Amino acid sequence: MNILVCIKRIALVGSQIVLTADGTDVDTSKLGFQLSPHEENAVEAAVRLVEQHGGEVVLITVGEAAAEEQLRELLAVGADRGIIVEAGGELDPQAVASAIAEAARADGTAWDLVICGNESGDNTNSQVPIRLAHQLGLPVVTNVKGLEVDGTTARCERAVGSEREVYTAPLPAVIAVRDGLNQPRYPSVPGRIKARKKPVVTVSAQIAGPRLQAQQLRVPAVTTKGVTDLGTGPDAAGRLVEVFTQIGVLP
Amino acid sequence: MSALPTSARCVVIGAGIVGNSLVYHLARLGWRDIVQVDKGPLPNPGGSTGHASNFIFWVDHSKEMTELTAESVRQYKEMDVFTECGGIEIARTPERVQELQRRMSSAKAFGIDNCEIITPERVKELVPFVDESIVLAGFHTPSVGVVDSLRAGTIMRERATEMGALQSFANTEVLDLVVEDGRIRAVVTDKGTIEAETVVIACGCWSPKLAKMAGAEIPLTPAVHQMKDIGPVPFFADSKGDIEWPIIRDMDVFMYERQHGSGLEIGSYAHRPILHTVDEIPSIAEAALSPTEMPFTQADFDLQDEHALEIMPDIVGDESVGEKYAINGLLSYTPDGMPILGETPEVKGLWSCAAVWIKEGPGTGKSVAEWMVHGESEIDLHASDIARFHEHHKSREHIVARVAESFNKTYGIVHPAEQYASNRNVRLSPYYSREQELGAVFYETVGWERPFWYESNAPLVEHYGDAVMPRTAEWESRWWSPIINAEHLRMRETAGIVDLTAFTLFDITGPGALGVVQQAAVRQMDVAVGKVVYTPVLSPSGGFKSDLTIMRLGHDHFRVVTGGAHGMADRKWFADLLPADGSAQIADLTCAYTTLGLWGPKARTILQELTSDDLSHEGFPFGTCRVIEIGPLRVLASRISYVGDLGWELYLPMEQGARLWDLIWTAGQAHGLIPVGIGVYGTTGRLEKGYRAYGNELETEYTLVEAGMQMAKVKPQDFIGKQAHLQHREEDPAALLCTLRVDDHTSSTGEKRYMLGREPILTLDGEPITDKRGRRSYCTSAGSAPSLGAHLLMSYLPPEHAVEGTQLLVEYLGETYPVTVARVGTTPLFDPANDRILA
Repeated sequence: MNILVCIKRIALVGSQIVLTADGTDVDTSKLGFQLSPHEENAVEAAVRLVEQHGGEVVLITVGEAAAEEQLRELLAVGADRGIIVEAGGELDPQAVASAIAEAARADGTAWDLVICGNESGDNTNSQVPIRLAHQLGLPVVTNVKGLEVDGTTARCERAVGSEREVYTAPLPAVIAVRDGLNQPRYPSVPGRIKARKKPVVTVSAQIAGPRLQAQQLRVPAVTTKGVTDLGTGPDAAGRLVEVFTQIGVLP
Repeated sequence: MSALPTSARCVVIGAGIVGNSLVYHLARLGWRDIVQVDKGPLPNPGGSTGHASNFIFWVDHSKEMTELTAESVRQYKEMDVFTECGGIEIARTPERVQELQRRMSSAKAFGIDNCEIITPERVKELVPFVDESIVLAGFHTPSVGVVDSLRAGTIMRERATEMGALQSFANTEVLDLVVEDGRIRAVVTDKGTIEAETVVIACGCWSPKLAKMAGAEIPLTPAVHQMKDIGPVPFFADSKGDIEWPIIRDMDVFMYERQHGSGLEIGSYAHRPILHTVDEIPSIAEAALSPTEMPFTQADFDLQDEHALEIMPDIVGDESVGEKYAINGLLSYTPDGMPILGETPEVKGLWSCAAVWIKEGPGTGKSVAEWMVHGESEIDLHASDIARFHEHHKSREHIVARVAESFNKTYGIVHPAEQYASNRNVRLSPYYSREQELGAVFYETVGWERPFWYESNAPLVEHYGDAVMPRTAEWESRWWSPIINAEHLRMRETAGIVDLTAFTLFDITGPGALGVVQQAAVRQMDVAVGKVVYTPVLSPSGGFKSDLTIMRLGHDHFRVVTGGAHGMADRKWFADLLPADGSAQIADLTCAYTTLGLWGPKARTILQELTSDDLSHEGFPFGTCRVIEIGPLRVLASRISYVGDLGWELYLPMEQGARLWDLIWTAGQAHGLIPVGIGVYGTTGRLEKGYRAYGNELETEYTLVEAGMQMAKVKPQDFIGKQAHLQHREEDPAALLCTLRVDDHTSSTGEKRYMLGREPILTLDGEPITDKRGRRSYCTSAGSAPSLGAHLLMSYLPPEHAVEGTQLLVEYLGETYPVTVARVGTTPLFDPANDRILA
């Protein structure tokens, strides 16, 4: 089973996000980088399937060469090789999907499954999995929190409120997963040592200019979470009852 | 929390281990009205303390650091935050085995007991998850332990608060420091301004930024120390506490591994130096973890993963053991590896307590508090004194170059004479090109390039044969040459010219000048104009603050000449004594004047050929100075000697130095003049004459009486340390400074070995010697005495051993060698009547 997992390198921010002087990007000069959310789960799912069915887990990312750092993290937990599609600047979801589709075809592998994180951690457009499926002519299931594959079909559980929807998709398919899908493993030292020898290739893609462009970013005003001191000991009891009543804990 | 006060006796900025230790000790010593601020939350404001690995190995080759560490452990134990687990430093290479033996010597020399060299099998017994097949030996310190530094900080803060001495304010950021007339006046924070006459910067990595607010410099840089935690480790599944297994320091790969609950922490000083500026540190809000826990860069740790796998294959090689936490932790690094303590030379009342790690935190807090309250500390902090820095030391490029060079030596094998390779050729004497032509091998002293010996003198080695005491062992041949001893022997026969440009020179002038130098100097300074006085300078408790030479050049004009290494601290000491009425001034002439030494039996003949001034013994007596004309030059000549031969120190404006060199060089050729390096000046010539050196023999921890340097009479005028000194004269000294001769250099392999200094002196049954003040006897200096055909050691010995002829042992690299006390006191072994100097 050959599985392609799509990865996005994003800034590792703290509680306060600082923008660049021109306001079009996050200032990453003091920051590290990380995977987008859900992608550890995507890779964990892929690795388990390959452990079960054989085949390989291939990582793909679109962006800067520095994303190799994130690919090595995932190669350390069992992915087999990586592809970096080099592209300058932030692309819109359509362009990213095109770049992935082109590189996926160019790789020559017959993909059984393409797994993505449901949305990126920075722009959260939730677009790439759907557009990628469209470009590849494959079915797509998003918001997946349960995944089983029997060789020809994927059984996908979607979280809908507190309920679950179950879809069966014929393979190959694009699946966009969420955290909670599984418990990702941590990289071990031997895993890291092996990862260093695994191949990561950089390819360039013919990418049509983005049709969407970020004009300006704005950091939303911080809503301060106040702490009210209700006092200590018996004196505080009356006020506590008041508050409990207000918030509906007490009738 | 109460409102920020508008004034305080003292503001301490920083609530890491250093600031917390300091506020407690200031309170303990009686200070009140102390305000502590930190921009972060308590108990972990986000500095280096918060991510420290918190383990403490005691032994260091620096006595100062070992003492600060031992005092810190005493305090951690008293606070019940110390867990003893033991620690083993591993040798994978023969060179490291020798280094572990050297650590054993330092342990004995500085009083850290119970350490032992152990076999690989014993290492395996103590730490079963080590692969002993790659281990050659271990240095086991059973008393190594781990502390809870955050808890310790909280305890100390609480104690100071309970004494009614302290108010602490978290989440309070310092925005500015107000300085008026060279004095700190106030601390401006985002919560208000606090007026204070004393302010301490204890801000770790951020300290340089705070200092700059006041126009001062704390020359350190944040540097990354990488570490990762892996786990859960099945082998540790039943571990109860934070730490149960000894900590391993895998010295040859610059790494450590320690059990941490169910995990294993792997730390490294092996990666490329990763230095940051203060501005590159994110704020608390910007940081994903804490500001000093920067994102881990795995690529820098790839090799370290393999090294960890080698030493602990069963744990590190287990694929089920995952990496849970990994950081590029920021620590403070300084260009010379020592902390930065004391009042800043730039701003009165502004103190630095920075570049201090967990292992020496509480000891440093105590020592700096003593310094602030009493004017000196029990532990001598001279190597950490912020006043030691010269201007060029404060440049970012210097800091970066030196820290980048020394980072990988954190666990390195550093020879005591090892030289830095980076940022050299900063300060060049006017003789530099002449010296280069003569094949000078340059060592650096505070930026100055000083010839240590001259390759042009290599033929003398053959001439003197075995008298140069050739060395065959690599360790003591490193950073040494037999040419030094050959230069020594030739200087004693003819004459040598010595570049002393690195001296620190400053003039004290004005009607109040005499008062200033009288205050500092033990010896009488109200002497005739033209007198040269060598004098100790004491601390308030009568220990050595310095030793230096003062020339009286005029009624109200004194020139102080002191060593380059310590000169800046001496300058601050004198500057602090200047009267408030402006009746005396200090002027630093270090970079304006050069000094050239000329010594040897032919020195007078050579110099006399160049001058019509009377240089006869009567015409130019010892201990005097005056301006003479040498060719077209007017030169201040001072007839003193640190090498034990007739001669002069010649002072003249820097730009005229080369001309003087050429005149002397030319005149000297007919008399066998040679260039002589600092190897002779600083060691061989000095040791033969029993001359003491500041920082070696002379420290605040020893008294004038113990050093054997008390005068027959004490001058009637007051001076710093006088009361203590008068008392010391009445007491029986706890130790006396002795010169020892090594009787047999032959090691067990038959090779002759030569001690380099800092080795322990032992009794004949191999026991360390401790005086009644608890101080160990160790070699304060060691070196060749070629004219005596001996290798000499200096050491303080308790009176029962300080008897000429007493047989003792010295331990050197795991073996002992017999020594004899050759001299108690200052009478030189070479030319005891000083006939040569007084010729």
